[in-house]
Amino acid sequence: MKQLFNHLNFDQMRQFGTFFGLLALCALFTILSPHFFTTSNLLNVAQQSAIIAVISVGMTFVIITAGIDLSVGSVLAFSGVVMASVLHAGLPIPIGIAVGMAVGFTCGLVNGMLVTYGKIPPFIATLGMMSIARGAGLWYTDGRPISGFDDSFRFLANGEIFHIPVPVIIMIVVYAAAHFVLTRTKMGRYTYAIGGNADAARLSGINIKLYLNIIYGIAGLLSALAAVMLTARLNSAQPIAGIMYELDAIAATVIGGTSLFGGKGTVIGTLIGALIIGVLRNGLNLLGVSSFIQQIVIGSVIIGAILLDTNLKNSKK
Amino acid sequence: MTNTESILEMYDIRKEFPGVLALDDVQLSLKKGEVHVLLGENGAGKSTLMKILSGAYVKDSGEIYIDGNFTEIQSPAHAQELGIGIIYQEFNLNPYLSVAENIFLGREPVYFPGVIHWEKLYNEAQAILDSLNVKINARHKVESLGVAMQQMVEVAKALSLKARILIMDEPTASLSNNEIESLFKTILHLKKQGVAIVYISHRLGEIFEIGDRVTVLRDGKYIATKPVNEITREDMIRMMVNRDLDDQIPKVKADIGETILKVENLNVNERLKEISFELYRGEILGIAGLMGSGRTRLAKTLFGAETISSGKIWIEGREVSLKSPRDAINAGIGLVTEDRKSEGLVLDLSVKQNISLPNIKKFIKAGVLNFNKENAVADEYITRLKIKTPSRNQSVVYLSGGNQQKVVLSKWLCSDTKIFIFDEPTRGIDVGAKTEIYQLMNRLTANGAAIIMISSEMPEILGMSDRILVMRDGQISGELSDLEATQEKIMNYALGESHEAAV
Repeated sequence: MKQLFNHLNFDQMRQFGTFFGLLALCALFTILSPHFFTTSNLLNVAQQSAIIAVISVGMTFVIITAGIDLSVGSVLAFSGVVMASVLHAGLPIPIGIAVGMAVGFTCGLVNGMLVTYGKIPPFIATLGMMSIARGAGLWYTDGRPISGFDDSFRFLANGEIFHIPVPVIIMIVVYAAAHFVLTRTKMGRYTYAIGGNADAARLSGINIKLYLNIIYGIAGLLSALAAVMLTARLNSAQPIAGIMYELDAIAATVIGGTSLFGGKGTVIGTLIGALIIGVLRNGLNLLGVSSFIQQIVIGSVIIGAILLDTNLKNSKK
Repeated sequence: MTNTESILEMYDIRKEFPGVLALDDVQLSLKKGEVHVLLGENGAGKSTLMKILSGAYVKDSGEIYIDGNFTEIQSPAHAQELGIGIIYQEFNLNPYLSVAENIFLGREPVYFPGVIHWEKLYNEAQAILDSLNVKINARHKVESLGVAMQQMVEVAKALSLKARILIMDEPTASLSNNEIESLFKTILHLKKQGVAIVYISHRLGEIFEIGDRVTVLRDGKYIATKPVNEITREDMIRMMVNRDLDDQIPKVKADIGETILKVENLNVNERLKEISFELYRGEILGIAGLMGSGRTRLAKTLFGAETISSGKIWIEGREVSLKSPRDAINAGIGLVTEDRKSEGLVLDLSVKQNISLPNIKKFIKAGVLNFNKENAVADEYITRLKIKTPSRNQSVVYLSGGNQQKVVLSKWLCSDTKIFIFDEPTRGIDVGAKTEIYQLMNRLTANGAAIIMISSEMPEILGMSDRILVMRDGQISGELSDLEATQEKIMNYALGESHEAAV
């Protein structure tokens, strides 16, 4: 075991630390509540975490480039209601989903263009988009939810394949693909390079603007995918859906070890981060802790994780 | 040890930074009412000495006497109290505040604490400005003033602090001729009032016009102090550069081949003017010049990182358009930047990942990175260039300067580079690694590559170059073959100004 750790660098150690944190949390809730460590509850946690987890993948890419995307929750709502209106117009499910995804991707692309060509800081560009997409969704629906869908659509939330809930499968597929892209493709390598040192990346011949646009576009696309999952689960697309999701996604990413300064991070870490938040919510619910106190606990966990991170790093350097 | 008419004496001043002895027993004395010129190449130690005098650095050893009294200057605030003022090239003014507010920033006259006595503020500021014989309204905002007038505000600020010693760092660098005239009038005025001025400038002509004495520093050492009217321009240049070149540089001449790069009438905004030159296979073309002469901009332009206003570039006889670093890389150009950490490397990425970065498509098959190939190539460069790293997966942030520089070199070797541009290739690198870098350059030219080497280090320029271009004010001011090049000739071109202008 010790030998294993000697081969790991700080970031890999960090990831193990987060993973052990998740295990410790599970152990704690198993002791405190008889209902926690059951197959159905654990699948439940995974299912509840899936939507935030999918959004967090886009967030992780963006944060690795030293950016941020505050618009993910609003983009989710807007692309969700557009998709729902297409489905209600009687068009086939794949077309509805495709339209929703296109809306999400476009919102993300606009973010990217504001950041790259407009030279606006990501915080401000996506803050603007957060308001614009939210307003667009409300305006489009007149503030009313669009409800009631075919069972074949709702299968995306309630269905199971080999006893595994479909949202969990979607989550696993998204994470596998994102992990592959980040570790084994040109785009992944460029993502780290841009966030680590944009000047050096540019002087290595990387077309920074192109890749940032793609990355913000993907963040929007994944928000739209989350919209599909949420709409299917609620059997309703709501223009007020996804409020504060950006904060959960940022929290999952940061707990997972991605640096807000860019250049570092993994989607595996983010998945663990998203699960930690999911387990906390679920466990505290089982223990009957009020949702007000839950917010305090989750906030503390975020700060604690980063405090630990920063101090460990400083003591190492 | 002290002299009654001298206002400042500095003896045996020593300052060491990690790996560099910036000042080695340097001395300086100032008399009341003199303009004392401090002369030396980039990195000679002028700034370090002035930072010690103005309290920004603490000396390692040495003695300072002010008015004959032994004094330890502890901080910038303490230096101010002692009557030492400094005017940097970059002004420390708030453009949105009035001239008067800037002059008295933090020391505003008040009715009672917290309430500014505006009339007094403006009147006192105006009085100082008037005493300098400059037409500036103390109530105007600083942003409405030109560079020369802003400089006057800095002077007024220093005087309001009762400065008796005024340090001016290249005060004429961004002034027009008329403005220089009025600055000199002000300086003469200050002299009459007994203010001693330390004047740093590379414009030798000015020194004869305004200076009383000159102190020359070279490589952190004190060379001499002379009255200006007893020495010539040639004397000054000799003192600045006349170092022994104990030839440690292992230059191996390669066969010079055909033209590989040709640049014709290249202009970039007003920063580079009518640059034309050719570069040959197997050649190391040294580019010398002072800081700010446009050398780095030329490097960046050839690498596609600056927008070309006009001019043509040919590579291997074909005209090329270099609009981005990608264009330059594809054309076979590699840039080893002046600052490895901020521009050359992604510090968090590993040795391997940095090496493959400019040419990652080499390692991609069907969209997927081929780790085996990437590992093998990284290992090959680690062995070939003797990069000291525990593994190819080590983040480059943990490597030493010399090894980081080898990683940067590997990046370009891996990208099939034919034209290497080195900007200060051995800055911040220890002696052993320096030699290795030179040997690598020899190997590159032996294999038919061509090198453009920008350097501020005379031994490096003289030792490694086959031919030397000297730049000044964005232009090529001279070309020297390796046989005719001397430190004096390079300095002469770098400083510009003909002999006549100096007299």
